[in-house]
Amino acid sequence: MSDIKLAYQLVGVSKVFHQKKKEIKALDLVNVEIAANDFVSIQGPTGGGKSTLLQMLGLLDNPTNGAIELDGEFLNELSEAQLGELRAKKIGFVFQNYNLIPTLSAIENVETALVPLGIDKQERHDLALKALEKVSLADRANHLPSELSGGQQQRVAIARALVKSPKIILADEPTGNLDESTRDEIVSVLEKLWKEEGITLIVVTHDSAVAKRAKKHLYIKDGQVSLKA
Amino acid sequence: MFLTYLRRELTRRSKQTLFIAFGLAVAIGLVMVVNGAAGGIKTAQDKVLSNLYGIGTDVSITKTDTSFSGGPHQFDVGGKTGGTGTQAFSRSFLTVQPGTGTLTSAYVQKVSAVAGVSQVVSTLKLDSLNFSGQLPTFNQSTGSSTTGSTPIGGSTSLNQGGQQAQGTQSRTQQGTETGSQPAPTFGGGQGRGGFDGNGGSRFNINRMTVEGISTAAGANKIGPLSTVVVTSGRALKPADAGSDVAVLDSTYASGAALKLGSTLTISATKFTVVGIAKSTSTAATTSSNAYIPLDVAQTLSGKTGAVTNVYVSAKSADVIPSLKTAIKKLDSVATVNTSSDLASTVTGSLSTASSVVNNVGTWLSMAVLAGAFLIAILFTMSGVTRRTREFGTLKALGWKSSRVVRQVIGESLVTSILGGIFGIVLGYGGIALVNALSPSLSGSLQAATGFGGGDRGGFGGPPGIRQTTASVVNVALNASVSPNILVLAFAFALLGGLLAGVFGGFRAAKLSPAQALRSVA
Repeated sequence: MSDIKLAYQLVGVSKVFHQKKKEIKALDLVNVEIAANDFVSIQGPTGGGKSTLLQMLGLLDNPTNGAIELDGEFLNELSEAQLGELRAKKIGFVFQNYNLIPTLSAIENVETALVPLGIDKQERHDLALKALEKVSLADRANHLPSELSGGQQQRVAIARALVKSPKIILADEPTGNLDESTRDEIVSVLEKLWKEEGITLIVVTHDSAVAKRAKKHLYIKDGQVSLKA
Repeated sequence: MFLTYLRRELTRRSKQTLFIAFGLAVAIGLVMVVNGAAGGIKTAQDKVLSNLYGIGTDVSITKTDTSFSGGPHQFDVGGKTGGTGTQAFSRSFLTVQPGTGTLTSAYVQKVSAVAGVSQVVSTLKLDSLNFSGQLPTFNQSTGSSTTGSTPIGGSTSLNQGGQQAQGTQSRTQQGTETGSQPAPTFGGGQGRGGFDGNGGSRFNINRMTVEGISTAAGANKIGPLSTVVVTSGRALKPADAGSDVAVLDSTYASGAALKLGSTLTISATKFTVVGIAKSTSTAATTSSNAYIPLDVAQTLSGKTGAVTNVYVSAKSADVIPSLKTAIKKLDSVATVNTSSDLASTVTGSLSTASSVVNNVGTWLSMAVLAGAFLIAILFTMSGVTRRTREFGTLKALGWKSSRVVRQVIGESLVTSILGGIFGIVLGYGGIALVNALSPSLSGSLQAATGFGGGDRGGFGGPPGIRQTTASVVNVALNASVSPNILVLAFAFALLGGLLAGVFGGFRAAKLSPAQALRSVA
């Protein structure tokens, strides 16, 4: 593995939650390496720790113990603001519920990912339009999320994730709310971007049809991660 | 993105925006109406006070005659002894109103020298009483003079016949004037026999108020003459000093059938009427029936150098309290009143309205304002809660907490500005409504004029009659909006928005993106 560039390296990562004096180990000494430009699926039962692992990878939460390295940079000593900057530059998110801002149009939603990067308005607009073109939604740029179908909303969310040319896209159940044909369409879009943009694509999914499109499969249960053949 | 996001949020969540803005608007409108009404009441009070004390008077000084021991005025009528029939008599008095003390010219000079004093005007208020008529001559061989004591009570003409006891004529004037109007002659029994059974008696008692005023230029800027306008003839001028000339109140002049150029007798001195004046208020007469030069009034009343009323204007409003203290030190017995002191003596519906507005209105507007603030804060905070996923997503995208907080505060401030604008419109509407209804308020200053009791009895009247003169002025409530109120209203709106934004923003800042997304999930 030493010759392969790693997107992530997790060493002995644990995450413990406390609920009513009860200790819940969401992640238990997880050791994972994810290569750059890989397409990884994460599967496992509900409550097994999938989302917690994704939040660790997305720098949205800190581990209780252990170390996380992103693109060669240790995250443990970074402040909240520095983690925010890293998220803004390197990581794109795709959520199950799309998480679009309901009052903003499709193109404005895409632009929100560029705001923390300090890009000027016109450039923001141009980049957002290009991103929408990549997901074949340029003609719906000025539509509100409520005026779009579920699949279209998810494509806007994907455009928002890729507009800043991130190194990594983390997708949490991206097809969870979609019908079968739309699911295939979205997975195809993600797969195409993975191939064309050279990103690392990590998808948490319950859906085996989605998971089997990945090149590497992780299985997480009771906070323990294992490699699935 | 800040403005786009803000505009989109406010327009697409218009119901919430309008609800918060409307809540603030009602509160701000109410604050404006209450303030406007309070201002209108203050103006009404000033109007009442100015009618009675003069415009521009910041401090008025009077003195109560504590040494006044009572007792009637006394006059003698020299009678023919042993004769029959009647004899004519006439007596005049020009005295300081009973119970009223005088201040010296030296005191006035001292007041003028007090720091912060802009102008001082002093007057000498006098009562002029004129008795004339006929008395029966007595048959008793010893002869005696008729002695009477005269309880004072307006202009009265009495026919005294026989042994009928005549009560004291005491009249409370619920009008807009002080002083008196000529009254018709009444009574009967003329010729039915006097005290001794011989001819009847007829008295004419004429009372009027006379005010000696300074003839110096500019003396009409404060004090009683500031609310007087000369309708015909002229006002007194510096050259009138020492002259027997008078300016009459128009109501008195018409009642007494006096006009420009007429001759008026005051204390056996004939005065030429050089001017007719009336109050600038349609609801009141001037403070006295006749105005004569101060020096003439002092000479005729035997009060050389004395004045009864001193009117002071201050250089600025903020020095009035210190001015009062300094003047009070000059003579601890003198009554020193500022316009705000006098305002508290106003009674009637004006006083009630003032109390309602200042107490109920203020508390009500404060309560509504607090309620509106609370609504704005709760709605903004609930808005943040409802947008947990939204803010969590933005933070996941790399938005700093400060940017999210700025967004929340910005939205809240714009909502409050809208509320401020609506509130000002509502406030203007409310004030227009008050002015359209234009409720009439009456105000009066209770001025008790003490008359020492006559222990020797008068015309059969009881001793110690005390006459209360209440001057009532009706004014329409006219609420107004001052620029200060507009600024205050807008400041309140912004404060409400800022508070709501800060509370909401604080909640948004505390959101961790992981928790926000997890809680939504």
